[in-house]
Amino acid sequence: MKKLGFLFLILLCFQSIVFSQDATTLLNKVKAKINLVNDYTATGKMKTDITFIKAPIGKVTVYFKKPNKFKLKKENGISILPKGGVSINIGAIINVEDFDIIDSGEEIIDNTITRKIILLPKNETNDVALSTMYIDAEKLLVKKVVTTTKENGTYQILLSYGNYSQYGLPDKVVFGFNTKDYKMPKGITMEFDDEGKKEMREKMKNKKGKVEIMYNTYIINKGINDAIFN
Amino acid sequence: MFTLIQIELYKIFNRPRTYIAFIAIAALTIIVQLGLKVDGKEYADFVMADLKNTFSIDGKIINGYFVCYVLLQLLLVHVPLLIALIAADMISGEANIGTLRLLLTKPISRVQFIIAKFIATCIYTVALLIWLAILGLLLSIFIFGTGDLLLLKNNYVVQLQQNDIFWRYTGAFLFAAIAMITVAAVGFFLSLFAENSIGPIVATMSIIIVCTILSTMSLPLFNLIKPYLFTTHLVTWKEFFDIKINNQNETIAGSIQNPAKIINSLTVLIAHIIILISITIFIFKKKDILS
Repeated sequence: MKKLGFLFLILLCFQSIVFSQDATTLLNKVKAKINLVNDYTATGKMKTDITFIKAPIGKVTVYFKKPNKFKLKKENGISILPKGGVSINIGAIINVEDFDIIDSGEEIIDNTITRKIILLPKNETNDVALSTMYIDAEKLLVKKVVTTTKENGTYQILLSYGNYSQYGLPDKVVFGFNTKDYKMPKGITMEFDDEGKKEMREKMKNKKGKVEIMYNTYIINKGINDAIFN
Repeated sequence: MFTLIQIELYKIFNRPRTYIAFIAIAALTIIVQLGLKVDGKEYADFVMADLKNTFSIDGKIINGYFVCYVLLQLLLVHVPLLIALIAADMISGEANIGTLRLLLTKPISRVQFIIAKFIATCIYTVALLIWLAILGLLLSIFIFGTGDLLLLKNNYVVQLQQNDIFWRYTGAFLFAAIAMITVAAVGFFLSLFAENSIGPIVATMSIIIVCTILSTMSLPLFNLIKPYLFTTHLVTWKEFFDIKINNQNETIAGSIQNPAKIINSLTVLIAHIIILISITIFIFKKKDILS
């Protein structure tokens, strides 16, 4: 009986190692697919859905260059992105080094069976405390990422794919996060009216924020001047 | 009537005191524009510091529209004092130099006399605002260019697209014209009771200062009288720069968050003007003119 128990334990450890290796392989395959893209310029629309920000839907141009240069520009306008927003770029998320990889089974995201992989940073100084990826193993596409950071809280990225799925580039990215309190001193805003304050306070109890980017076109591997990222 | 207004305008614009207000507005506007041109980024960083803790903001925050908004916030508090310089002198000034009795010997009614004087005061007030619009808005656009307008309220942030802003300024300036005419009406009314200009000018300024303090203090006692104070409504022009959102939290271009508030403020201000001018006419008709 003791022998049987011991054998079961060895099998369990072996299975865990095998799964972990599978997760690493899967992650490497996804990385390889995404790494086909050296740079891209994408155009699309951005929608900011944050309780205390009234912002219009605007046309945006997104620039990416390997390994993790990312710039979002709003046409003739002002863009407001949550800090850590650089992670809206999937290349930056996937090209992580020095992480322990844990296979955490399967989960269904948008009617697709995905592999849930947890990444734990080996380096204690890394801002990312934990990152969980949900990968469509068949198409090698990252469908969802939940990242907990030390500085900027937890955020979630949902990705939908279409015309550019062969490059691992999404058609739509939804970046969800928890918002912090926002309150400006009256001396700065010069707003001395308290009307509507209660209503806004009620709304702010729901501290979930969302930024959506809907991409129309990508120009891939045509080269981008580094000056754009400054 | 038209000739009477022309004469009053001639008198207003022939006084050196009239141009103090124009010079003061020009000086303040240019100083602020110069400051923002040199240190605009630092100012934006300071103002947006709280927001920048959580968000990365990219784009041209300091543009002509933003500069004009800053100027209006600063100046529309002080312009009433400049308007008082002229409005509170309209009748008392005549009394002071002894021309009031002489003027009333002309074949014009006292009502016509008062209305012509008040219309001339209104024209001066509007001219001052047009001057502010030229320097504050057009010159700022010329110097800083245009762009989206990012405004900080106490509890939220408003971003307006650049093609949805100019009409808001037009509305804000028209509203400000009514607000400043109300101030002019207060000064004009007080000028009825003195035979020198200093008294009504100081009294008008004092009323503006006291009422502004009452309007801005959030105490239950003051909250009862706030809706009826004209100073509470002077700042309602800012409502033109707040936008409605739909259920998806998307802004609706061309909308105003609280148009009812603008209408309410306009009603209160216009009521002040009508009441003050009516009382002025009523008292002046019965007044024994001795100077």
